[in-house]
Amino acid sequence: MKKTAIKPGQYGILIAFIIICIVLAFASPKFLTLPNIRIILTQVSINALLAFGVTFVIITGGIDLSLGSVLAVSGVVAATFAHPDTYPVIVPVCMGLLAGAAFGLFNGVIITKSKVPPFIVTLGTMTIARGLALIFSKGRPVSNLSDSFNFIGGGQIAGIPFPIIILIFAFIICSLILNKTVWGRYMYAIGGNELAAKASGINVGKIKMLVYILCGVLTAVGGILLTSRITTGQPNAGQGFELDAIAAAIIGGTSTAGGKGTMAGTLLGALIIGVISNGLDLLNVSSYYQQLAMGVIIIAAVVLDSSKNKP
Amino acid sequence: MPSTILQVKNLSKSFGENKVLNAISFLLRKGEVHALMGENGAGKSTFMKILAGLLQPDEGDIELNGQPLNKFDPLAHQKAGIAMIHQEIMMVPNLTAGQNIFLGREKEISGSFWVNNEKLHRKADDILKQTGLHINAGTKMQDLSLAEMQMVEIAKAVSYDAQVIIMDEPTSAISDREVEKLFGMIRNLKEKGVGIIYISHKMDEIFRIADTITVLRDGQYIGTDAADKLDYDTLVTRMVGRKIETLYPEAGTQPGEVLLQVRDFSLPGKFDNISFDLHKGEVLGVAGLMGAGRTEIALSLYGMQPAASGTIRLNDKMLQLKTPRDAIREGIGYVSEDRKSVGLITSLSIRQNMSLASLGTFSGNGWIRQQEERKAIEQKSAELQIKSSGISQPVSALSGGNQQKVALGKVLLANPEVVILDEPTRGVDIGAKFEIYKLIRQLTSEGKGVILISSELPEILGLSNRIMVIAEGKQTALLPRNEATQEIIMKYATPGQLHAQIT
Repeated sequence: MKKTAIKPGQYGILIAFIIICIVLAFASPKFLTLPNIRIILTQVSINALLAFGVTFVIITGGIDLSLGSVLAVSGVVAATFAHPDTYPVIVPVCMGLLAGAAFGLFNGVIITKSKVPPFIVTLGTMTIARGLALIFSKGRPVSNLSDSFNFIGGGQIAGIPFPIIILIFAFIICSLILNKTVWGRYMYAIGGNELAAKASGINVGKIKMLVYILCGVLTAVGGILLTSRITTGQPNAGQGFELDAIAAAIIGGTSTAGGKGTMAGTLLGALIIGVISNGLDLLNVSSYYQQLAMGVIIIAAVVLDSSKNKP
Repeated sequence: MPSTILQVKNLSKSFGENKVLNAISFLLRKGEVHALMGENGAGKSTFMKILAGLLQPDEGDIELNGQPLNKFDPLAHQKAGIAMIHQEIMMVPNLTAGQNIFLGREKEISGSFWVNNEKLHRKADDILKQTGLHINAGTKMQDLSLAEMQMVEIAKAVSYDAQVIIMDEPTSAISDREVEKLFGMIRNLKEKGVGIIYISHKMDEIFRIADTITVLRDGQYIGTDAADKLDYDTLVTRMVGRKIETLYPEAGTQPGEVLLQVRDFSLPGKFDNISFDLHKGEVLGVAGLMGAGRTEIALSLYGMQPAASGTIRLNDKMLQLKTPRDAIREGIGYVSEDRKSVGLITSLSIRQNMSLASLGTFSGNGWIRQQEERKAIEQKSAELQIKSSGISQPVSALSGGNQQKVALGKVLLANPEVVILDEPTRGVDIGAKFEIYKLIRQLTSEGKGVILISSELPEILGLSNRIMVIAEGKQTALLPRNEATQEIIMKYATPGQLHAQIT
């Protein structure tokens, strides 16, 4: 049995990605240049982080709609602790992550204890988190952040933008969790058949709680990156980000019915979204048409995936 | 000689390299119940699917009333008069029986775009009466029992003027009393000249209802005979291809000391005051009608649905079982009667399923030791003789018998002291059945205690040391093997009788 990060079913997505890149490379000479690739990867990083988080959730058969708002809260929280000459940079980072984890825990507890569908619970959390972000910041952007904090989203190490390093690091960690740990195995089991998972002695509630917390933390990482990159904690940031993240996961082959999906697929899904929006920007296509293109791609990806799965 | 309805000649079908049907011939007459027998993988389902128009054969001819069928499309076959009753009910639960019968044909019944429910139900009532069913066409499907739903499905086939009805294991999930009703309906259809192709693993049923029996093995046609010319042993030998000397292997060891003590075990509305001991190396059979509460008792012993009162002691230690996790940790394993929704996660691989209840032993600090896991699963899989293309094959691609072995393997890998088997041979072919029986004997020789819940009395009698009978949630008897016969068990299992005589 050979171990590959990308399973056979995902070659379709990989091929689609390569074709899109080739077409764009011919259409715009700027596309395949190193600076542009750096831009694409930096832009993709936030969506990919959120998409990794929501992939865990979707694999267990759940969904999280609160990502965009949780991103804003954790960004605002981080920003309020990131003013120059107050705390060392680790403090705003930890506070932001804690905020994300707290919302994940909140989602997880309500979903496992109340049996209310995740769609509804996280729809509520989406509004609650947005409200808290606005309350916390009194509706104003939180600016004047320290240089060390701004390095997270804007800095480079050996010419590589720091967000790209975080992206690669997060991808490796998430892939390991999903493929190599007991947690990951249980996630697939719960999404595949929750009752059978329970009958096999799995603590279903604990694992579900865990995936929402993981999702919250990854979202917070995204929130910290964004806040640092725009050097402001924006309470209105991240609106609609949850949909981009879910789209990336779905394009990457994650099944909304649960039990199926990989981090490599989700990363490819996020890259496809990023490459297309970048390419269309380069070609001066209006953002209206970009939205249209994105919708078509999501549906096409799922249609292809489901026709492939037919016997 | 009654006239032929369906004639099949030299039918062959391959999937890739694999020849699943090799020159099969088959003949069905008017008013005949023709049983199709064979182990899983013999080619029965492929044959049925071709007849129902779901698959196209590579070679061969099918004639219905002398007319060749060459368009392989489910709708065309249905129109031509071949109907298939699937193992799983394919009906819309929130519509009425009548609405289901005429689903897709509302327009021709009502005569206009607007659905005339009254007319539809009246027509459906006619059909239900014709087929000898006492069901009101206005009843919602979800309010019917499984058997009734199945019979409505048969009525639907009749409403299409089906001349050939294929029934794929129609009794796999219904109670004995309902089987009688179904057989009544089948006899009624026979009189009307309908030909029935009947598939079942239950031998006694086959001999009761079938006129003719055709056996397939490994895609080959083995033979066709009148049912009254065949006996049980000959039929089994034909199906398996070798002689199975004794279906129920002898126990090599005697039961030892008490392992599990259950006292005054109750869950209101489900079961009441159940008390029994299970000894090391013992098989305790649990008999009773479907719905008597046998599975509920098992689920409570396994922590899926904790009992309200009573005690469980294992090796003299009092157990508090609130979840299956607790039960597995204490050494109790449960193989569910419902493989697809409780026993297995069919989308996952053999490996992922088998290690699920014992992943703790293959991991450290949360990391799975992949090599160790793979080795253990490969070993267990070989031990249980699971036929697959490898342990990463998804469970959904396996036959019923092999799926059951995966479910068994999962439970055994957790190394339980008490193994509860709930209908372990349901939907399993005779070869795999025999292997499961041998496995039970192996477990008892290792000193494990086995609780065997089964609706097949020969199985209970063939394997158990003692037999507990449950009727309407109450324990009506606890018999040593030598005092039990099918008749005695049935007497205790029938509700409303003998409650006064319990000692």
